[in-house]
Amino acid sequence: MPLRNEKVDPPSDDKRWRIVQATMQRNGFERDGLIETLHTVQESFGFLDDESLRYVAASLNAPLSQVYGVSTFYHLFSLKPAGQHTCVVCLGTACYIKGMPAMLKQIESRYGIKAGETTPDGQLSLLTARCLGACGLAPVAVFDGSIAGKLEMGEAMSRLQEMTEVDHVREA
Amino acid sequence: MYERLEEITLAEQESTARFSHTVNVCMAAGCMSSRSDAIKDALTKEVEANGLERWCRVRGVGCMGLCAHGPLVSVDTDQSAETLYQYVTPDDAPAIVGALEGPPVERLHCPTNVPFFQRQKKIVLENSGRIDPERVEEYIAADGYTALIKAITEMSPAEVIDEIIASGLRGRGGGGYPTGLKWTTVAKSEGDTKYVICNADEGDPGAFMDRSVLESDPHRILEGMAIAGYAIGAGQGYIYVRGEYPLAVARLKTAIRQARRVNMLGSGIAGTQFAFHVDIRLGAGAFVCGEETALIASIEGKRGQPRPRPPYPAEYGLWGQPTLINNVETLANVAPIIRNGGDWYASLGTAKSKGTKVFALAGSINNTGLIEVPMGTPLREIIYEIGGGVSGGGQCKAIQTGGPSGGCIPAEFLDTPVDYESLAALGSIMGSGGMIVMDESASMVDVARYFMEFCMTESCGRCVPCRVGTVHMHNLLDKFSHHEAAPRDLVLLEKLCDMVRNTSLCGLGQTAPNPVLSTLRYFRHEYIAAITEEAADLYAITPAPPTSRNGATQHAPAQEVAS
Repeated sequence: MPLRNEKVDPPSDDKRWRIVQATMQRNGFERDGLIETLHTVQESFGFLDDESLRYVAASLNAPLSQVYGVSTFYHLFSLKPAGQHTCVVCLGTACYIKGMPAMLKQIESRYGIKAGETTPDGQLSLLTARCLGACGLAPVAVFDGSIAGKLEMGEAMSRLQEMTEVDHVREA
Repeated sequence: MYERLEEITLAEQESTARFSHTVNVCMAAGCMSSRSDAIKDALTKEVEANGLERWCRVRGVGCMGLCAHGPLVSVDTDQSAETLYQYVTPDDAPAIVGALEGPPVERLHCPTNVPFFQRQKKIVLENSGRIDPERVEEYIAADGYTALIKAITEMSPAEVIDEIIASGLRGRGGGGYPTGLKWTTVAKSEGDTKYVICNADEGDPGAFMDRSVLESDPHRILEGMAIAGYAIGAGQGYIYVRGEYPLAVARLKTAIRQARRVNMLGSGIAGTQFAFHVDIRLGAGAFVCGEETALIASIEGKRGQPRPRPPYPAEYGLWGQPTLINNVETLANVAPIIRNGGDWYASLGTAKSKGTKVFALAGSINNTGLIEVPMGTPLREIIYEIGGGVSGGGQCKAIQTGGPSGGCIPAEFLDTPVDYESLAALGSIMGSGGMIVMDESASMVDVARYFMEFCMTESCGRCVPCRVGTVHMHNLLDKFSHHEAAPRDLVLLEKLCDMVRNTSLCGLGQTAPNPVLSTLRYFRHEYIAAITEEAADLYAITPAPPTSRNGATQHAPAQEVAS
């Protein structure tokens, strides 16, 4: 039987680590719970940093190479913190046919970032999805977690504007 | 054995009998994204404000199919036929509640006497939009779990498999492998521990039928898995769901909990010795995980990379044990087959493709949404009658089926009956059932490049032909797309297609050239038109002008170069 190191202390006394621990416990601290654990870390902390990868690896008694390998293999895991706001643009076939590439280009040039990047002020992360499965509503984008279907260029731009502006107002 | 189900059904019927009106709100992802939850709240409030809650109930149901006209709300009464409302907003609640007794609200009314609703034949989707996916009682009242009890109390595992063989059911995930044969192989494999895996990693862009089934009727999948478990001798099942489908995951979790509570999952199901447990495993965004060996690696918590087959998962699968992997839609057909018999299922469809198929209509088509039709329905009927024709008044140029592993079928083949063989003969595949309609404005070279970019990004990197080949094919297609290609590029592209197709490790690489090959076959003139004179001069070869679409002139430039 492989040694199991269940008593690894979390990197800090942040309460969010308890949620991560609970996920690992539910899977009996087995390595096959790795993907689910990484999902929980990302949901709790927003992204996967070195510290969390080391902690998960030690807790599941898995080589760090496996944990790092898994976290870079799957698209949904991010090793970088996301911006204050996120915009996920769907690039599925239906959205592609309905003109999403042009819309994406426009957003990229308006904010000076490429898909997958975050603006230098940390306000906006622009992400792409393979297909959100809402093809009936193409083209589709997700603004801070809320899906918008049958999107038009003007609407997309004003949603982004609103999202990033709210914070500026609050800061001022 | 059936008493428990009858009890629940009776209690359900009693509790609903006092309602003369039922207002159903679509709560699947499509309509949810247009805030159908707020519509449901508004309707509930309106019913209460008018003191109607004693005879009118408001409930959430699964997908009603016509996503293009969402959010959808339907009203059932015990006197008249169902009324369907389209493009509903929360502000429409007073109007809808006000019209419960009278004629429907004209401005929201969606006619249901049209081909979209009348030409469909629903087996997989029979409960979608008709039951609340979050209540097991409604599934049971709609004959749910009777097939499972029938299987485990009245049939031997071999008889269950015979019924599936008789039905002629084939894998709905794309390959079309006979389901009964797969079950037989796993049943015969030696091993005390076996597993059933439901493949819900619906990665094809443009396909959303699995998501819809999981969100609209999750118990149907659990029942199918339990029957499969009984037939092959497995006690544990896993559902591998895409991480991108949070609503489907939530509904599945609820369904598993409820099924355990009514003893349709867990130990000693319905008082028998049969035990079956189901757990959910989440994907994290990797198209290749739809391939069965990659999927198994992912369930084991590893990078989702495929391995060479044989041994097939039927012999050496999850944790080295015999494993049955079926797609969501395949498993959704199991309960109805056991309930009604394999012969009933085999009476639908064509000679080699039995039953029905769910298609996701998207792209330049009026009625985008989910439909289910018997196998063998001609493409023309699907696109022009059920689908309502091409949107924006354009002409249909091609239909893309099978996603990145499929191909583009040109409009002249619209009369082809849709089944596994006829689509393969046209150079495409059935795939999981995504159907993207493209009008005259679509460039076929761009479409091929789009899919190649997809395969390039999704290649797991394990084998060289796929990892390197897709990059080079994408670069070549990029040249064509920017009208910078030379005749030599066309030859190279075709060679690469051939090489990647024949030497890749798994289905992703083997089928990655399909979109290129099918567009080269039917729309070769578009590639030739993208060959520039400057680039051609470099190689001292002049391309033939893009004159016609028939074979002779199409092949001319490539042959010149080759000779």
